[in-house]
Amino acid sequence: MIRGALSGLIAGDKQADRVVPPSGFTAQLTLFAAGAMGFLAVFALALSLASGRLADRWADELARSATLRISAPADQMTAQTNAALQVLRQTPGVQSARALSDAEQAALLTPWFGPDLPIETLPVPQLIEIVETPQGFDAAGLRLRLSAQVPGAVLDDHTRWRRPLVEAAGRLRALGLISILLIGAAMAAMITLAANAALSANAQVIEVLRLVGAKDGYIAQAFVRRFTFRALIGAAVGAFLGVCGVLLLPEASDEGGFLTGLGFAGLGWFYPLAIPPLGAVVAFVATGYAARRTLRGLS
Amino acid sequence: MIELDNIAYSYGGAELLSEISIRLTPGSFHFLTGPSGAGKTTLLKLCYGALLPTSGQVRLFDTDMRRLDRDQIALMRRRIGVVHQDCRFLDHLTLAENVALPLTVSGRDLAAEAGNLGELLNWVGLSARSDALPPELSGGERQRAALARAVIMSPDLVLADEPTGNVDWDMSQRLLQLLVELNRMGKTVLIASHDLALIRAAKTQVQARVLRISNRRLQLAGADL
Repeated sequence: MIRGALSGLIAGDKQADRVVPPSGFTAQLTLFAAGAMGFLAVFALALSLASGRLADRWADELARSATLRISAPADQMTAQTNAALQVLRQTPGVQSARALSDAEQAALLTPWFGPDLPIETLPVPQLIEIVETPQGFDAAGLRLRLSAQVPGAVLDDHTRWRRPLVEAAGRLRALGLISILLIGAAMAAMITLAANAALSANAQVIEVLRLVGAKDGYIAQAFVRRFTFRALIGAAVGAFLGVCGVLLLPEASDEGGFLTGLGFAGLGWFYPLAIPPLGAVVAFVATGYAARRTLRGLS
Repeated sequence: MIELDNIAYSYGGAELLSEISIRLTPGSFHFLTGPSGAGKTTLLKLCYGALLPTSGQVRLFDTDMRRLDRDQIALMRRRIGVVHQDCRFLDHLTLAENVALPLTVSGRDLAAEAGNLGELLNWVGLSARSDALPPELSGGERQRAALARAVIMSPDLVLADEPTGNVDWDMSQRLLQLLVELNRMGKTVLIASHDLALIRAAKTQVQARVLRISNRRLQLAGADL
């Protein structure tokens, strides 16, 4: 029955389309539901894609850097720093390692202590900036070597705070995808209700069609075709308006943070094109289900 | 053609028909009569598969109706023309589209059938009204259109349920004449009617067998008919 309905949908049948009377509120309900859901789906898709990009970026940026902090008595600081740099140069996966200068360390503390802090008089730990190769290094192995050769060294590979950030962005992406699924399910429910209403309102038409020898597949197809095209048009209009809304969002910027990056990028702009056909597929399945159930009930 | 073998039909716990056995042979002409509520319409519905008997067997074109699924019943109905008292048109379609509805639902090319449709409308005297919508038609026009729709697939069997119930005497005679013509073309005709005058008039034109439903059972009508 589904294969027949699908081929009938694609082939079309003007004579059959005339058989089912034009319906008022169910047509408007389907168009509105598909339009609203298409609009919301664009935003859910944009959210999902943007959070996916964010998760990837954070994971990538944070994964490729680490910090070594050396806390040692002043007379051992230089020796331990050199020893640490020596260990790092010999560690596979470390692209470069550089001890921060006093000026750079002072700049890092300026937001908290102001520009007049006499850093040279304070026992501030020495920081070493490590840049990893794309393959990365074995953090556990490096820690073991450092503990043996540089007792005052503490390695911070950013895992502690990178993981929750990446997890948060990943969950946001999942939330976006779940939203799209829920939007599809809500659309299916509304179109099923509209189709049920249309089928019930046309019970007499169905009776006449059966009287003259119409198969249930033919009757169902007439309704399915109508609702599928309404959903396609509604979702297309909704998706178009949604894309216009996304276009009106501010451009991504560092100052704006995450919210200004909420949109599409690159090939992502083509993804909303999938929303109208998906809306039509949802309507096709939902109306087919409603039609088969109602026709069984009317027999 | 059609055979009802000891059928009974109950609805809501009440038995409406009982011990009904009839056999309509090809080319025969039958009337089914009885008082209102006797079960004439129910018996016709059993004949075209709109209802299934509670017990007994309905054989249509040598096929047990119980063995057919809904699609097979639909195909079977294309071989049966049914005329209802209330005609049952689709009000958003024109008269010609309504008459052609059996062709439409069976996937026939209407353009190729246009000649047949025109001849049929001419036969029932409705050529000039082909573009009218059903609510614009008179009772007689509706009944003639319903008859045209019933025979457009050239069925072997024509079932008519009170086809003259909503028309005057002259129009009922015209409709009867059309049904008699169909019978002369070889169609089997079964008409449910409580109009005894119509039945008497028919018997002067065609060899008709009259069956009467009384007390849920079917019997051959007496010599008064």
